Formats: sequence, C-alpha cells, structure tokens
Amino acid sequence: MGDLLGLVAKRLGFGLLTLLVISVIIFFMVELLPGDIAQAVLGQGATEENLAALREQMGLNKPAVVRYFEWLGNALTGDFGTSIVTGERVSTIITERFINTLFLAAYAAVIAVPFAVTLGIVVALLRNTLFDRVVNVLTLTSISSPEFFLGYILILYLAVKTGMFPAISSLRPGMTFWELLDRTFLPALTLVLVVTAHMMRMTRAAIINLLASPYIEMARLKGAPPWKVIVRHALPNAWAPIINVIALNLAYLITGVVLVEVVFVYPGIGQALVDAVSKRDFPIVQSCCLIFAATFILLNLAADVAAILTNPRLRHPK
Amino acid sequence: MTKKNQELMNRLAEAARAGSISRRSFMHYSLAAGMTATAATGLWTTKAAAQAKRGGTFRWGIHDGNTSDTHDPGTYLTRVMIFLAHTHRSYLTMINGDGSLGPDLADSWEASVDASEWTFTITSNASFHSGRPVTAHDVVASLNHHRGDATTSAAKALLSDVTDIKADGDHTVVVTLTGGNADFPWLMTDYHLAICPANDDGTIDWKSGDGSGPYKIDAGEFGVQFSLSRHDGWHREGAYFDKVEIITLNDPNARQTALVTGDVDAVSLVELKTMALLQRDPNIVIHNIPSAGAITMPMHCDTAPFDNPDVRNALKLAMNRDEIIEKIAFGAATKGNDFHHSPAQPYWPDDIPQREYDPDQAKSLLKKAGAEGLSVSLSTADSVYAGAVDMAVLYAEHAKAAGIDVKVVREPNDGYYSDVWLVKPFTLVSWGARPTPDVMYTLAYKDNAAWNESRWQNERFNELLLQAKAELDDSLRAEMYREMALLARDDGGTIIPFFNNFVYANRANVGTPENLAASWENDGARAASRWWFTS
Repeated sequence: MGDLLGLVAKRLGFGLLTLLVISVIIFFMVELLPGDIAQAVLGQGATEENLAALREQMGLNKPAVVRYFEWLGNALTGDFGTSIVTGERVSTIITERFINTLFLAAYAAVIAVPFAVTLGIVVALLRNTLFDRVVNVLTLTSISSPEFFLGYILILYLAVKTGMFPAISSLRPGMTFWELLDRTFLPALTLVLVVTAHMMRMTRAAIINLLASPYIEMARLKGAPPWKVIVRHALPNAWAPIINVIALNLAYLITGVVLVEVVFVYPGIGQALVDAVSKRDFPIVQSCCLIFAATFILLNLAADVAAILTNPRLRHPK
Repeated sequence: MTKKNQELMNRLAEAARAGSISRRSFMHYSLAAGMTATAATGLWTTKAAAQAKRGGTFRWGIHDGNTSDTHDPGTYLTRVMIFLAHTHRSYLTMINGDGSLGPDLADSWEASVDASEWTFTITSNASFHSGRPVTAHDVVASLNHHRGDATTSAAKALLSDVTDIKADGDHTVVVTLTGGNADFPWLMTDYHLAICPANDDGTIDWKSGDGSGPYKIDAGEFGVQFSLSRHDGWHREGAYFDKVEIITLNDPNARQTALVTGDVDAVSLVELKTMALLQRDPNIVIHNIPSAGAITMPMHCDTAPFDNPDVRNALKLAMNRDEIIEKIAFGAATKGNDFHHSPAQPYWPDDIPQREYDPDQAKSLLKKAGAEGLSVSLSTADSVYAGAVDMAVLYAEHAKAAGIDVKVVREPNDGYYSDVWLVKPFTLVSWGARPTPDVMYTLAYKDNAAWNESRWQNERFNELLLQAKAELDDSLRAEMYREMALLARDDGGTIIPFFNNFVYANRANVGTPENLAASWENDGARAASRWWFTS
C-alpha cells in the first residue's frame, strides 16, 4: 500500500509541473491572438483615445512577462484573479458554470458507463451474432457522427416532431431536480451516444481477449454457465483497460462538451471559455484550461490507482 | 357583401385580433372582399387595434450575448445588452414605431435659434427601480459618463461636440454644443446613453443594474439569461407583460428550434437561409423590416487607383446589386445607391436615379481614366456579415464583365476592425443603423472623422454637412441632404451594395403594433414594452 501512496504523490507532483507548463503555454497563446482585450471590448466603436484609456484601466500597459508572473504569484496563494473585462472574480464566474458542467457530465456518465459496460459484456457473450454486429454498427455510427449533428437529430425527433423533451436547456433559477433532469435530457443523451461506443468496444475486446486463456477453459470445463464465466472469471481481469477507457471518456465529458453546450444553449464552462477567448480575457481562459488539464491528470491518476486496486498481482507485488 | 365574403371578413377580423396580420394586408384583403376603404379602416380600428392585453411572461431569445458583458453603458457591445438596456433602463428620447422621435425620460425638448443649446425637460413621474425619482442630476451624470479624458466609452466620439451639460433645477437639463446640431435629440437615442442613478461624486452607479425602464432585473447571468418583472412606476404607456425573460441564444439553430417548439415567444434574428421554410409554420410570424443598417465597401480616395473618381465610379457600376441581394441577402435587403442614407431614415431623397449594373459604361470610364485592365484587392471576413466572402466573390464575377480583376482577400475574423478596416485600401464593412443621415455622415464621411473609412475629402459635401446640421427648417435640410447624396453617389469613395433588413420572428400569439421601429430588431429593441400576448 505504501508504494501506492508513493505513486500517487509522485504523480501529483508531476501533475503540478504539467499545470505550470500549461499555464505558460496558454498565457502566451492568448498573447499571440491578433488584437487585444481593449479592442475586443470596444469592437468597431474603438478610437485611439478610449482604447488607451481602457488599456490603462485594465493594466495592459505592463509587459506580458510581468503580467504573467503577477498572475502566477496570486494563483499560488489560491487567488485566480478577476476577469479583466468585467472585474468580476474569476471564481464567482466559473464556479457555477463548472457545477453545471459537472452535473451534465455526471448525468451522462451515470447513464453511459453502466450502459456501455453491460452492453460490452452482452455482446462479448453473444459475439459474432447478428446482435453483436448490429450493436457495433450502431455505436460506431454514433461515435463517428459529429456531436452537433447527433444533437440536431435528437432535437428534430425528440423535441420538434414529438415534443417529448425541451429543445434548449436554458436553466432558470429555482428549477426542481426533475425539471432539471428533463431540461438536460437531450444534451445528456447526445453525450451518452458519443462516449458509449468507445467503452463498449473496449469491454468487449478485453473480455474476448481473455476467453482463450487456460483458466477460462477450466471454468467452462467445470460446467460454469457462459454468463458466469464472463462476469465471475473474465471480467475481474479485464477491468484495467476498461477503467482506463472509462477515465478517458469521463474526462471528455467534462472537457469536450463545448459543441453540445452551444447546440443546447447549456450554460457550462465550455461556453465561458469560448466567450473568454473571443475577448482575450486571460484569467478566465487560464482558469478554464487549468481546470480541464487538472481533470485529465486526476482522472488518469484515478484510473491507474483503480487498475492497481482491481488487480491482486499489482496490489501485492512480490 | 356575399356570404362567402362575410366569412372571409370574419376570418380576417379574427386574424387581426390575433395580431397575425398587418394592417396593410388587412386593408388589402378587405378591399378585395368588397369592402369600402372607410369601412375596412373602421373595422381594423374596432376589431384589431388597441387590443393589447396585460399579462404573461415574454420569453425573448436574443442572438449575440457574451459571458463578459457588463452593465456599463459605455461598453455596451452585444445585442443582448442593447436589448436589455432598452428593457430595464431609459433614455432621454426614443424612436417611435413610425420612425419619428418621441419622448422617453424627457417630456419635451427645445433648441436655441442656432440649435447650439438644447434644453430637455425631464418628466417628473419617472423613478428608478430602487424607488428614487429620476432627476436632472442623474441625466447629467449619465451623459458625462461618456465624456472626459478618462472615459472608456465607445460613445465618446458621439458627444465630442458637447461643451457643457448642466442641470437647471431637478427637471431641466441644458446641453451646450460647439456648433448647431438640429439632430441632437436624435443622438440621445443612442444605445450607450442609458440613464443610470448618479452617485454623489457625479459618477454613475451602473454596476447595480438599477434603471428606470419598464422592467426591473430580478436575477440574471451575463451571456446566459435575465429574468425581469414589470416596474410599476414606469413613466410611459405599455409594458403589457408581467414578466420578461431574456435568453441568450447565439446558435442560429437553437434560436429557430426554440421558437418552433415554443420554448421562446420571440427571437431577434432569423437565418435568411431558412426564412422561407420557417414561413410555412402557421404558428410563427416573420417580420422583414427595412433598416438603416448597411453593407459598405469603402475605397481609400487618397490611394491609387482609387484616387481617380472615374475608377471609383467604374467599380460602383461593376456591381450587379440585384443578384447580390437575391443570392446573398435572400431578398431581405433594400438596394443601395452609393450614398449612406437609407429610406428608413428621415429626409431620404426619393428622386435620385438608381445606379444599375453597367459593365460597358464601367469599361469606358476606365478607358477615360487610362486604367484598363484594372486589378484591385478587396479585403473581407466572414464575421463582417453572414456571406460577406461569398458576396465579394460574386462581385468579382460581376466586375470581370467590366474588365476589372477583383482579388478577394479573406482576412481573419479576429481583429478585423483593428487591422483591416481603415487600414487596407478596399474593404467590406457592416454598419449598424444610425437614426439620421447627419449622424451617419458625421461619423464616417466627414473630412476629419476618425472613421472616414473612404478618406473622402469633398469641400462642398463637408460645407453642406455643417449647414444641414444646424438647419432647423425641414424642407431646406432635406434639400441639402439630397445634394449631399448626389455628391456621395457620384464622387464619394464608398460602394453601398444594400441596406440589410431586420428579419425576426415571434409566435402567432404575440401581438405587435402596426408599425415596428426600424432602429433595432424586435421593434427598436423595445418588444418587451410594446408587444403583448393575444392569447
């Protein structure tokens, strides 16, 4: 167990280093964009005079490197600064958006993960049958279609033609939990369709891979029914690759939903990021990107830890 | 009247009551059904007009909102903020549905003889949502927000002629200008000039979102949505809805779907590509309103080859505007005539011949200028106008027939207005609607204007501009604007392909007045206080 804690600590350390490098890259990428914040804020209505006044007010006259280290110094003390454009605290702007994003990701994950894993087990059981083929074709089709296209198809059939679900997921204050589930069903379903195929196919492949092993042969010979052979004997050894793929897809549910948010008008963090980039609002861009990066780092770490925990050989190394 | 016609009349009256038919169509069909004009007018008045009912929550989907929006009127940029401002704040004056200038916070206004001093009388029954009455001091502070060295306001240029603004008692504001400006009360409708509560030190409190408009903000998140409820102390007629919800719908498809499924009651912009399909839905009413917004193509008059008026006119003649309007604007536009004065603005001269596509004449002008085989680069970007690049390519095709080689340069969307506009010699630009020709000409055609996008210097034009500005006699002014239009058309450096229409829509159960203001989409951005539910 001590090794495991050591591993976690080491990985977290590297994670922090990664975040630092990312923050440098993001800062200078934003600097490279044509135009600056003052121009983005004033738009076509900008004159030299009020551009200068606004730059002064926003503190843009300092050199970029100085501004970066000022931001970094504050960030290290847990202060992620204020939006350059609105003067609002970054934490206030992002917190609610991030909660919305997490909610949608959780909603989709709660449906998608059990669904994909179960489906993977079933198609492994019924491999090379017509059912297996049909499921494969359908899930591959859904993962190959762009998300916004899937979203539009769902809107067309489930909202416009039948009126079963609302077409846009705009949230209002004071909605009940059930209203919330109803309002966000279509974006969640879109995400489910996008991530299912990957997890399902990995489950299927990992299990089928093991079916040729001698211990599975043994289980069959002793008379265990096929479903038990798979669930009791094959699955525990197949978890490691499956968990890795699940972690990747969970990360995607948080970081890759910008298009879905736009299509369904869902106020998540992706939308905030796009808006901030268009305004060159560096503190918000930086915070959003760091959240995304941290999500990937933490979920990858969690996947490795879980893979170790599910494998006795890794849990008790000789 | 026959029985069949009687049935038709009943249906028409029903449609009129529901607000799903305009007065013009009503009259047209009524006359066709055999009614006299007087009878039809009477029927319209009794059955249809003034049926505005109070009540309901108006859900309003608006394009173009951003998380980084703020309540600072000086940096209003997105449509959502402009529409919100017209809903929760007040201005001194407002543009009425018929395009005339009407009162908002100011009950009345009058000018000194030379129009260089304006006195506004502020209504005594206006109050902020916090309960405090609106006084002249709030007006002074709100206008001063856009003046001075430290201001970051985009409206600074608009008020550059103002030398002094002072309150005379609680209900009178006196504005002094460097020279006469007969249009000054029109300028007060500019969306930046919203009136906010004044602080003691003469600044304004814009952060709280307090205002004196028809609706007060109950809750809201920038770039997402705002919930508002009626301000009972509002000082004007209207505000029929109990509540208003402003929802940011940036995605064209989301906007259209939300309207079709009834998730919103009105939207601020309909995609022209799908306008015809949407028209088939009986639950939806589409408005197609000619506006003063324009697409312009300025050529730098001080740069070769555009320094020769013959070359400029050849480029103007080399455009087939009809095809551009049909294919790029899907018919939702008014043909331009190379002077920046739209039929939706006052003083429009209606007797100036339309410039048509004439490649042969363009060729002979080029020959005269010794510029045969002319080759020019036209810079544009897709963010300027939906289809801007396509439009430039189409123009290049038209120009080929006149022996002109137009190279279309696709510039990046980001920074277009800082790195391309006013910098490159031949660009494609989109202008929002301005209330009067004077505002437009002063902004972008005056010799020393910062945004004189074609760098055009015409002595007579500039002389007339100053004269017309201070002229209080309407017919004399109209005559001057006519002459200026001719100068711009035949000597100016700007091609104006078209004035774009505002195309927006609402559900059929929303009642709209007979005349819709053309200053912004959705009835001059004032749908919340001017529209109502019929059922």
